[in-house]
Amino acid sequence: MEFFVFVCAALMVLVGAVGVIVRKHPVHAALSLVLTLFGVAVLFVAQEAHFLAAVQVIVYAGAIVVLFLFVIMLLGVDRVENLRTDPLTAQRPLAIITCLGLAGVLVAAIVNGNGVFNERGEGLNLPDLQNGPDANTVQLAESIFSRYVVAFEVTSVLLVIAVVGTVLLTRKAKASAK
Amino acid sequence: MISLSLTPTSSWYLILSAVLFAIGTFGVLVRRNPLVMFMCIELMLNAVNLSFVTLARELNDINGQTIVLFVMVVAAAEVVVGLGIIVSIMRNRSAMTVDDLAELKG
Repeated sequence: MEFFVFVCAALMVLVGAVGVIVRKHPVHAALSLVLTLFGVAVLFVAQEAHFLAAVQVIVYAGAIVVLFLFVIMLLGVDRVENLRTDPLTAQRPLAIITCLGLAGVLVAAIVNGNGVFNERGEGLNLPDLQNGPDANTVQLAESIFSRYVVAFEVTSVLLVIAVVGTVLLTRKAKASAK
Repeated sequence: MISLSLTPTSSWYLILSAVLFAIGTFGVLVRRNPLVMFMCIELMLNAVNLSFVTLARELNDINGQTIVLFVMVVAAAEVVVGLGIIVSIMRNRSAMTVDDLAELKG
């Protein structure tokens, strides 16, 4: 069962990721990105990260992709990109070599390092009769609001700065401002 | 080595994450549409999130999941600012690819 879930989710992730980089139309690429994000959410659930799976669906698939689609529509850049031509000579073969090498190095490191994880943390609370159905959320909240509360506040400041900066950046300049 | 039993171990998730990261890198290197390049950066961020969650389970440590939450917040802020920059650059021109932005070229 776990194997079946993993294979299905991995197929979703990989098909979506390949779709993002081969689809010519930006809207199709954004929809492929949704497939990948849902696959990653399924993998989060399979690994007992229930709250993060919900956040993944809401924030990524809900907010970020919609933002992408809005910008695609707003700019009118939903035209087809010509993927046949290679603008820089030999860039594409070099990119293939680089990425295959990167994947090879990472996979080799993972295979070699398999089983060296011996530094144990305090344990993950899994939802059961004793911990209740929201054990993961409770434990994550305890972590965020005790140990990482300063970082949490700093990210809220970061979000405010990002929103204000974007509004300033995209505002049309008035003629009198010159 | 990886066990050949049909129960997915952490290595499977980590290898999937590595492959996803490489696909995202390839997209950033090859694609010319700035929006699609941003999507590929999202792919790379998701690959890293997946490996964080996998290692959180492997090490029995909630801190891995905590940092994924922060990565998601920062990714949202990054997308907002990046798309704002793209909108402000692209509003008055018909250019579609990053190769067309060559004002600073000598």
